[in-house]
This record gives sequence, structure tokens and C-alpha cells, in this order.
Amino acid sequence: MDKYIEMIRIRFLMMLAYRTNYYSGILIYSINIGAYYFLWTAIYGGKESIEGLSAVQMTTYVAVSWMARAFYFNNIDREIALEIKEGKVAVELIRPYNYLGMKTMQAFGEGIFRLVFFSIPGMVIVALVFPMEFSTNGITWLLFASSLMFSFIVNTQINLITGMLTFFLFNNDGLMRAKRVIIDLFSGLLLPISFYPVWAQDIMVYFPFQAISYIPSMIFTEGIKGNEVLQAILLQGFWAIVLLLPIQVLWVIAKKRMIIQGG
Amino acid sequence: MFYFSMFTQYVGQYMKTRMQYRADMVVELLSDMLFQVTNLVFILVVFGHTQFLSGWNRDEIIFIYGFFLVPYAIFGAFFNIWDFNERYIVKGEMDRILTRPIHSLFQVVLERMELESLFGAITGIVIMGYASIQLGLSFHWFDIILFILFVISGALVYAGIFVSLASIGFWSDARTSLMPMMYNIGNYGRYPVDIYNSVIRFVLTWILPFAFVGVYPAAYFLNKEEWYMYSFLTPVIGVGFFILSVFLWNQGVKRYRGAGN
Repeated sequence: MDKYIEMIRIRFLMMLAYRTNYYSGILIYSINIGAYYFLWTAIYGGKESIEGLSAVQMTTYVAVSWMARAFYFNNIDREIALEIKEGKVAVELIRPYNYLGMKTMQAFGEGIFRLVFFSIPGMVIVALVFPMEFSTNGITWLLFASSLMFSFIVNTQINLITGMLTFFLFNNDGLMRAKRVIIDLFSGLLLPISFYPVWAQDIMVYFPFQAISYIPSMIFTEGIKGNEVLQAILLQGFWAIVLLLPIQVLWVIAKKRMIIQGG
Repeated sequence: MFYFSMFTQYVGQYMKTRMQYRADMVVELLSDMLFQVTNLVFILVVFGHTQFLSGWNRDEIIFIYGFFLVPYAIFGAFFNIWDFNERYIVKGEMDRILTRPIHSLFQVVLERMELESLFGAITGIVIMGYASIQLGLSFHWFDIILFILFVISGALVYAGIFVSLASIGFWSDARTSLMPMMYNIGNYGRYPVDIYNSVIRFVLTWILPFAFVGVYPAAYFLNKEEWYMYSFLTPVIGVGFFILSVFLWNQGVKRYRGAGN
């Protein structure tokens, strides 16, 4: 276990060395949040609420979705794809750790770094600029934190799967880009899932994407309450476990039929 | 004429390199299209809950978005020089550019073009076509000329802003993140400016005139007479900003000292 924790620490320190890159990142996210703020204000017009969310809740939703994204987002699919293409994965496999576990821990180190140096200060800044509402209930914050943890897990699992598909497809840049669009759209980052037409919502229930952004953001804005929150977190947990299966299967097959390109 | 033949030769070479990896290119085009569709989905879903966005209806917003895609595609194909600083200044590649017989900016544009971006214009035109059928718009014969003029002007607005930013590299070779920031600000131009507050509206009109890429020129085709003045300003702003940026570029080239290694 020690080696995995050490890996989190190393990644964190590595990111810390390049922290100046992140100040501009906060500005970029704020610009995005600003665009959606104006858009949503116009969409609400005079309306009190749409689908149970008030305009202020909506602004909070947009802000927290983007800032949470900084935490759960990572590029390990790209890293894995690159290591497979360059043949480095062969060396990784003989090292005394689980390759996928190590990748997850690196992503987690990055995530913690961005949480501390990006999400939290960023959230403070956007809250000063745009009207937002934060829950005063400590339990909401706790539930949000645990839900956010699951966002990270589910998103990372999806990244591991897309990354590993490189073993079979050799070049899956297109797939990785498509995955990004799908996650932006169907995770609830751009639009709360409850805004979609019912038929679309019915389809999305069968996919793990809403576990990534919609659930934590709804918990944070108190768009869902009480029992619903627990159900939602359980759903996230369900996906976190279910997704282990394809990862394991792909990993076993991949190790068997691995071809090292170049070397 | 010499510039034109240079251009066609570079395009020819470019096609050869891209056609080498056809499957890769198809995938890239498809994923570009997915990105463009994302925003369309956003608009469609949102208008499931509201009739008007500051007085603009769904199909008008879709039309503006479709229009925006066309100049943006042209910009993406020729002026996507976001990595100019790292690629040319820090690595000293600019030295090589300056020995070439054509204008340095033109040479950089030729080397960095990404013609596949132009497919975005087709997506844009299809989206506009859909919206204008929904709206029952009618066009005159001279609208085609105006359309081409507005599209080129819109692309020049984008080009002007990005070339100016690239020119900063001649004065300071520090890494800046102004370029990615500008892409995000550019997205503000996809929606009617009335939804923003007066400060942002002013910035989008006169300082970083992204509104001239989307909403202002599109307003003309949507018969929004209250915006006509801005619609017809589009070529002036486009050409003006582009000339300014070329001037900045030339000044920058004079200052360029090369990067030793």
C-alpha cells in the first residue's frame, strides 16, 4: 500500500512544481462559467424555476460542476495509450505493482492537487463574482464530498477502459475524443440530466455517465434531498463496482495478446 | 501570383500527407463533428424549457450558431497558430521563416494550415439551412455575396485577434495562456449579445469583437433590422483588426533577435 501512497505524493509534488500554469486555468474556467451564467440567466428570463432548480441554484450548479471537473478529470487514458504505443508498457508490467492501480493513484495525486490549488480557490473567486447559494448544512457538504469521490472513481474507470482499448485498436485517439464529448454531454456538466427530454433521460439511466457530474452537483445545490441523495450515492457506488468487471476482463485479455509496437 | 502558386503547392503537399492516413482523418472529422453537435444539443435541450432567449427564438439561435461555425472553420484552417510561440520563437524556427521569399506571416500560415477544419463550414451551412427552413427565411441573390463577405470578415476578426496574440511572442517569450483563454472568450460570440451585461457587450463589440463572427452578421440574414448597422460594420471591423494585427506582426518581426542554442 505504501508504494501507492508514495505515488500519490510524488504526483502531487510534481504538479506543485508547475503550479503557475494553474492560475490561468482558473481564469479560463471562470470565463466558461461566466458564459453559462449569462446564458442561463437569459434562459430563466422571469421564470422562478425550471425542473425544480432556481436561477441561483443553476448558477451554483454550473460553477460546482466545472470546479468539480478539475478534480475528477484526468488524462490517464491518453497516458496509457501513449505508453502502449511507445512500448513502455512492457517495462511497466515487470515492475512490482499493479499497472492500473498505479495509474489510478497518479490520477488521484493530480486530482488532490487540483482540488486544493484549483477547485477551492476557483470556487471562492467565482462565488464572489456571480450570485450563488451554498448550503449551510454540514451533512450536505459531507455527502457531496463522498459523492465527489465516486465521481473520481467512475470517471477514472471509464478512462482506464478507453485507455486499455488501445491494446486492441492500436490507435484510438478518435475514441478518446468521442468519450470526452459524451462525458461532457451526458454526465450533466453542460446540462442537468433532468433538463433532457424524458426519452433521453430513460436511455441515460442505463449508462454510468451521470454518476460523474450530475449527482454531486445536484447534491451540492440541494436540487435533490433526503432519501434521493442516498439513492443517488448508492447508484454511484453500484457503477463503481460494476465497472470493475470490464476493466478486469480487458486487462486479462490485453496482457495475453499484447503486441509491443516498436521498442 | 507567386503567392497564389505557393499556396496551391502547399495545399497539394498537405493533401498528400493527410491522405496517407485516411482512417485517422475520417475519425478526426467525425469527432470534430461531435464537438459541433454538442452545442446544438445544448440549444435544443434548453429550448425545451423556454420559448425565447432575450427575444430570439430557438431557430434564430441555431442559425447564429450555424453561421458562427463557417468563419470559425476558415479561421481554424488557416490561422490556428496558438502554438506559434513555442514552435517558432522558443525553438528558433523563426530564423528559417525569415529566410523564405514570402511574407513571414504567410509562410507561417502555409506551414500551420489544417484544411480538415473546413469541414466545419459544411456542418455550419447544414445547420443554417435547417434553421432557415424552419424560419421560412427568403434570400436575395446578393445575399450570397454578403454571406461570403461576412464570413471572410468574421474569419479575419478571429485571425486578427490570434495573430496579434502570436505577435506578443516577439516581445516576450514567456509562456502565456492568453491563447486558450481567447478560445473560450470566442465562444461568447455564438449567442446574441443582448444576454450579456453592457460591459461584456462593449468588449465583444469593440475590443475583442467576437460578436462580429456570429450574432451581428447573422442578424442581417435573420432580418433583424435593429442590428443592421452592426451587420454592415462587420467587414470594416474584420479588415481593420486584421490590418492592425499584421502591423503588430511586422513590428514584432523587426524586433526579433532569434533564439540562441
